[in-house]
Amino acid sequence: MRWLFLAPLLLFAIVAGYFAVGLTRDPGTLPSALLDKPAPDFALPPLLPNKPGLASADLKGAPVLVNVWASWCVPCRAEHPVLTRLAREVPVFGFNYKDKPEDARRFLVELGDPYRRIGTDPSGRVGIDWGVYGVPETYVVDAEGRIRHRHVGPLTDRVVAETIRPLMKSLAR
Amino acid sequence: MIAELGQFALALALIVAVAQSIVPLVGAARGDAALTAFARPAAYVQLAAVAAAFIALTHAYVTSDFSVVSVARNTHTSMPFLYRLTGVWGNHEGSMLLWILILAIMSAAVASFGANLPDGLRARVLAVQGMIGVAFLTFILFTSNPFTRQFPAPLDGRELNPLLQDPGLAFHPPWLYLGYVGFSVAFSFAVAALIEGKVDPAWARWVRPWTLFAWLSLTIGIALGSWWAYYELGWGGWWFWDPVENASFMPWLIGAALLHSAVVVEKRDALKSWTILLALIAFSFSLIGTFLVRSGVLTSVHAFAVDPARGVFILMILFAAIGGSLALYAWRAPALKAGGLFQPLSREGALVLNNLLLATGAATVLLGTLYPLFLDVLDAGKVSVGPPYFNSTFVPLMVPLVAAMAVGPLLSWKRADIAGAISRLAVAGIATVAVIGIVLYASGGTGFLAAVGLGLAAWLFIGTLIELAERLRLFRAPLAESFERWRHLPRSALGMSVAHGGLAIAIAGMTASSLFQAEQILAMRAGEVVTMRGYDLRFEGIVQANGPNYQAERARFIVTSGGKPVTVLTPERRFYPVQRQQTTEAAIHTTGLADLYVVVGDSDGKGAWTVRLYHNPLVPWIWAGCLIMALGGGLSLTDRRLRVGAPKQRLQAAE
Repeated sequence: MRWLFLAPLLLFAIVAGYFAVGLTRDPGTLPSALLDKPAPDFALPPLLPNKPGLASADLKGAPVLVNVWASWCVPCRAEHPVLTRLAREVPVFGFNYKDKPEDARRFLVELGDPYRRIGTDPSGRVGIDWGVYGVPETYVVDAEGRIRHRHVGPLTDRVVAETIRPLMKSLAR
Repeated sequence: MIAELGQFALALALIVAVAQSIVPLVGAARGDAALTAFARPAAYVQLAAVAAAFIALTHAYVTSDFSVVSVARNTHTSMPFLYRLTGVWGNHEGSMLLWILILAIMSAAVASFGANLPDGLRARVLAVQGMIGVAFLTFILFTSNPFTRQFPAPLDGRELNPLLQDPGLAFHPPWLYLGYVGFSVAFSFAVAALIEGKVDPAWARWVRPWTLFAWLSLTIGIALGSWWAYYELGWGGWWFWDPVENASFMPWLIGAALLHSAVVVEKRDALKSWTILLALIAFSFSLIGTFLVRSGVLTSVHAFAVDPARGVFILMILFAAIGGSLALYAWRAPALKAGGLFQPLSREGALVLNNLLLATGAATVLLGTLYPLFLDVLDAGKVSVGPPYFNSTFVPLMVPLVAAMAVGPLLSWKRADIAGAISRLAVAGIATVAVIGIVLYASGGTGFLAAVGLGLAAWLFIGTLIELAERLRLFRAPLAESFERWRHLPRSALGMSVAHGGLAIAIAGMTASSLFQAEQILAMRAGEVVTMRGYDLRFEGIVQANGPNYQAERARFIVTSGGKPVTVLTPERRFYPVQRQQTTEAAIHTTGLADLYVVVGDSDGKGAWTVRLYHNPLVPWIWAGCLIMALGGGLSLTDRRLRVGAPKQRLQAAE
């Protein structure tokens, strides 16, 4: 019976162990498995009738940003103005993740559409290949279609100025 | 200069806290009255020092002293006075200082209201409070100093996040922290009881008011946060199962369990070690919440400035506080003598069921919140856990809880007549069946979930009324006798009825607003009319309306119903140039039974504007229900028994 009183302590020790290891990880970084590797093979159907969808082949040719978003995601709204400004400088492709197409279209009608292409992944299946952890996420993909950087969470002017823009400039050369 | 005084005051508070956590413990162990008596003045001095620091920081914010880094990051001269003031706790450093201030207030309150506690117990409780103070004062001084200076000072600040520029910020964090930190007192009482090796009904009676206070504050804090999200985020939603929301919800669940199990300790001298464990866990969850929000192990909408050094420091606090107290529990709790026996079908049995379901609910929420972290650490992939998980695990657990909640108070202690209790609930049963039938009929058979939710709400509400009527012997005894019973009704019994009724109201609101929401999104031009559930909204157009630190586009809708004017709604879209951020200000017309909720979006540049309309039935009941719950807690808090020192053997009139 006495050992039962140890159970809370043991449970806490396990959780605390996870916390300790978790602290050494940054949930905002890409698992090294995908970094500098070609983006996974995929083809997503278009969201809008007058805008093409998104497939692996579209990522080759010039460096681009792939922005994973959903209409139900609050931080996506927060990053939207930043993304809109950024889309004037570099091509931004949209990856609409686990969303209802009609909700996603409303989101774009309401806030504006910064994307050159939008692929829609209602089931989240392609998102698993990409290792999407939570929306929003933004991937920097180079001209050969390799993932060079991943940002988890909303883009801010600071992230753009300090990370995204310099990286895109160096890739454009 | 004043900022330096604040820093000095914090350092002084740390020194006092160190002394407060050692001297009274030694005194209590040796039975040395002089050392034991050190606890109370130490708590007062600590409060004075922390309050001085808080005032110094407030001064820096209000006077826009941009040489203080935290001020420069979070205010701007164009911000209205109110937000320069509330900006004090609208950031990591300042909110930590508020946390510590409330901790010091709670300690001083124990010192002052605890006059009737035995000297040894009071000294030990205050010593444990002192240890918590040491941990967090060290944390703030070494990793999150709010008084750090920078030279040269910038000409202007970077402004508070516009989402936080709302009167909600004035009230939401203080209430939330009163709840979080309030549980520290129950924690300290539990640790002190483990050190003394004694838990008795008197102990439970001392702990209950502190737990009640923390729980009702947390109720208000969570409700305010949810209300704020509802009107500020412009979604029409009120709960998102975000890790930070979950972090506040878990201590609430455990706190509710603790309130109920402490009753069993007080009345029946049973469930002692379980109650101690709940008291430890309630505050542990508060600490884990602090860790999750400020360490960056999980991504969240609330993400405070994330810094691994802070995460490591808070993790060390977790190890010491939670690990230490649970180790003490494993060592000392087996020695606690078990008290009164009871049958499963009894008031105690019902409270055990309540505790099991609430604790399981908290564990479910904890698992969902931490699951992404577990998988990440095991390199098993990155996932996010969303509302579907919580809706399919947590919500079903609450169904038996609410169903039993109407029955429990009708059961007697030790061994109850369950058939008698159920038969007294016949009216509630009939009403529940009627509500379920009406909802199913009105929804054409599709509203199964809504029928269950609203049926449960009716069951609980009417069951609570029946229990209250039973206590008063209403309609069964002459009215004069019922009135006499009403006058002698213990406040704690009335508080329970009010709190249970409040929960019923909140459940009705949650169910109806989630399942019967109507939504429309459309592009409107000036002069167009849209109809929603009997309201006609005429869009009059957009005007520029600029505030002190933002530019707004204000839409105007004239709302009529059947040709009669109802109201004018003016939702806004604001742009804050300093932060370059857009916010939406929803316009809400409430009837108390439903909200008409309008948000205005982008224009297409050709004269049409995106307009989002929601009709949310019963949504105001969510917050009204929460406030009624908190009111019930407050009523119970005024019960005179809780203020009486030693437990008196006195027959309670209505028990």
